[in-house]
Amino acid sequence: MTEDKKGLSRRDFLKTTGIATGALVGGGLIGGLVGYNVKKEGQVAGTGGHKGADGEPVAVNNRGLMFFTNMAEFNVLAQAVERIFPEDDLGPGAIGLGVPYFIDNQLAGNYGSNVKEYMQGPFFAGESTQGYQSRLTRAEIFRQGMVRMDEEAKGRFEKNFVDLEGQQMDEIITAFQKNEVDMKGVSSEFFFKLLRQATLEGAYADPIYNGNVNMDAWRMKEFPGNQMTYIAEIENDQFVKYEPKSLSSMEH
Amino acid sequence: MATTLDKVDIVTVGVGWTGGIIAAECAKAGLKVVGLERGKDRNTADFLMVHDEYRYAMRYDLMQDLSKETITFRNHRKMRALPMRQMGSFLLGEGLGGAGTHWNGQTWRFLPYDFEIKSMTDKKYGKNKLSADYQLQDWGITYDELEPYFDKFEKTAGLSGEDKNPFAGKRSSPYPTPAMKKTPILKKFETATSNLGYTPFMLPSANLSEAYTNPDGESIAGCQYCGFCERFGCEYGAKTSPEITVIPTARKTGNFDIRFHANVVEVMKQGDKVTGVKYIDTQTGEEYIQPAEVVVLTSYVMNNAKLLMVSGIGEQYNPETQKGTLGKNYAYQVLPGATGFFDEQMNVFMGAGSLGMTIDDLNGDNFDHSDLDFIHGGSISMTQTGTRPIQTNPIPPDTPTWGAEFKKASIYNYTRTLNVSTEGASMPHKENFMSLDPDYKDAYGVPLLQLTYNFTDQDRNLHKYITEKTSAIMKEMGAKTVMPGSPITNYDIVPYQTTHNTGGTIMGASPDNSVVNNYLQHWNADNLFVVGAGNFAHNSGYNPTGTVGALAYRAAEGIISYSKNGGSLV
Ligand SMILES: Cc1cc2nc3c(=O)[nH]c(=O)nc-3n(C[C@H](O)[C@H](O)[C@H](O)COP(=O)(O)OP(=O)(O)OC[C@H]3O[C@@H](n4cnc5c(N)ncnc54)[C@H](O)[C@@H]3O)c2cc1C
Ligand code: SF4
Repeated sequence: MTEDKKGLSRRDFLKTTGIATGALVGGGLIGGLVGYNVKKEGQVAGTGGHKGADGEPVAVNNRGLMFFTNMAEFNVLAQAVERIFPEDDLGPGAIGLGVPYFIDNQLAGNYGSNVKEYMQGPFFAGESTQGYQSRLTRAEIFRQGMVRMDEEAKGRFEKNFVDLEGQQMDEIITAFQKNEVDMKGVSSEFFFKLLRQATLEGAYADPIYNGNVNMDAWRMKEFPGNQMTYIAEIENDQFVKYEPKSLSSMEH
Repeated sequence: MATTLDKVDIVTVGVGWTGGIIAAECAKAGLKVVGLERGKDRNTADFLMVHDEYRYAMRYDLMQDLSKETITFRNHRKMRALPMRQMGSFLLGEGLGGAGTHWNGQTWRFLPYDFEIKSMTDKKYGKNKLSADYQLQDWGITYDELEPYFDKFEKTAGLSGEDKNPFAGKRSSPYPTPAMKKTPILKKFETATSNLGYTPFMLPSANLSEAYTNPDGESIAGCQYCGFCERFGCEYGAKTSPEITVIPTARKTGNFDIRFHANVVEVMKQGDKVTGVKYIDTQTGEEYIQPAEVVVLTSYVMNNAKLLMVSGIGEQYNPETQKGTLGKNYAYQVLPGATGFFDEQMNVFMGAGSLGMTIDDLNGDNFDHSDLDFIHGGSISMTQTGTRPIQTNPIPPDTPTWGAEFKKASIYNYTRTLNVSTEGASMPHKENFMSLDPDYKDAYGVPLLQLTYNFTDQDRNLHKYITEKTSAIMKEMGAKTVMPGSPITNYDIVPYQTTHNTGGTIMGASPDNSVVNNYLQHWNADNLFVVGAGNFAHNSGYNPTGTVGALAYRAAEGIISYSKNGGSLV
């Protein structure tokens, strides 16, 4: 990466200046850090091109399924999330951003198996103010959801979900949202919320999680990602555009 | 069989702000302190990769592991209480520093009115301003008595602020560091609220405006406005937290020892004294008894109450008879506010957890309530904390929540939306309380704490009134579209609101209506202290930690004095 050519990586920089260990830092030093970033990127204000520093989306080559075993189910997921966050003139949609892979990968890990959540019984449906009360993990809910979406497609339109027109897919997603679809151990409304939330997470999370490919979702939203400091611009009356930065830039 | 360890002077349960303050003060006074913390060690060096919304803000990396322990919740007594299975309404802390690691740092002193709320309300509005269902009471201490401790906490924290709030209690010294930078967004609020006749001022901040060394010699760096404060640790050591201030202070004395992965399950009691605590080493499963001259519960509102309940110390509050004090007066907050959609783009992603301006004109009894159907109010602020892209998808009214239109609107408005928000006070009600759950248990077989809570008419009326005021401010700020917050109905544990839970182990002047005295010493056991926002008899219109910090310093003074002389401190 460009940083290495400078001979001083960001992390070394932080280490040597003691910022990372919480030592006192004078304003002058921080000013230096800002200048350093700006030079590295060439130009900061006014940038807005859709290419990352390396030009190519990095994560694509490493992609693979960690959770889904059945491509048909994965493809339902891909089409559904694309309806929630579609490609348009602003830029890529969920598929272009790698969201289906993000969700797949997350389902294979702590998120999918609800590792940090209270999963002891007994289970009762409860009131909506009491929140998630399913005995199912997110991974189980997603798998069931994909199967149920396909079944709905066949029931309503005699087609696979992925072969439907966009409007028809929306009709089915809306039915889930309105809690009109039967699911086991969870409401379809809850599944919809999970799906929508995971779509936004995959779009806007740092690209280290295999979504937000090339930081394009951040570019669309003009969110600069992981910037160490805004102290030089915090009082600026003008909107400041930055070339976004991923956490991966911290590892060099 | 539990292994019994050597006796120490002081044992604290949990090492967050309260545990850290007690440890620092007692260790400096020469007492031997052990801190039992069920989470892990951590410090600034762990936060270099912390600008990660997904890991820290969505998946709660720094917070309590609910698979081990949570609470159960119901809106009212007729509902079946069920576990809070996922984090939501509030974010419980775990690990060194507790929630003080990932807090925002908005650090207030409660109003003089708060400490004497019952007498002042009765005096001004008569005895029937609120119905008898609201268990309003004075705190057994006045603002003036607590002032030196506020001062001490603020100096330890290095607080940045400006003394321009006409409604604040008197200060014995200025803020240790100047206020943070006033950004264009804050200036908009300042102009609008001034135009409306209010008095805006910079919000007191624990994200320091400049580098500072505190009276204990600890260094806190200057804030970089990086926008990753709330729910994150600060990689610069610029957000005051226990692990960069009081904990190192305690450690330097050589009198403080922290044991991590130590989950306390019981306070041991004999006669009218406690003898120590029982804990489980969560890495080995072994049980230990740590005997101590003084036990200090510093494990947050929920766990402090739970440990007293499972240990059978004090009388459980009963909403039927309104007898008993333990678990009584649980309160939360309401959050009136308004969203404004603007045409111009703003640098909303820049910010800091406590970067903000506030008006207090509609807080406490700073305005006349004679013709209003509620008491108290809230601090109204414009904060610029660093708007995060996963969580922030603002869309004008009537926009669909997904699909093409949603995408366009949420992207367009991300940099063009502001919120005027309020921390609305919450009054205690006889039906809102904490008790032990009869069915659900934590990972160690101890019953979960049960929360019975709902918003009351007082909350709803306050919310409605202030929401209108915030909409007017937003309009004055020049928003193209103003979207007032929806009226509140029932409390819902799912969406994040605030980690400002209070009550359950309240302080007071008499054992008849409180759990601890005004040194936070338990009425039933001289050598047991209970410290935290659980001591609040009601919840004010501010964040709690300034007041919690002050109370912790007062408790520390009490503990040191008890260690010398024994007996009741009041
Ligand atoms: C996202 C967020 C933002 C916040 N922002 C603000 C703000 O801007 N201003 C403000 O005033 N307040 C804020 N707060 C609240 C503030 O963080 C708390 O008031 C404060 O940290 C409470 O300190 P404490 O010592 O009482 O408890 P905690 O910090 O919760 O510490 C308790 C410790 O006890 C440990 N513990 C619990 N049970 C046991 C047990 N059985 N055995 C052993 N250890 C145990 C826990 O692991 C924890 O480390 C915020 C909180 C959150 C979560
Ligand atoms: S905004 Fe300031 S205090 Fe908060 S994390 Fe960034 S540098 Fe630290």
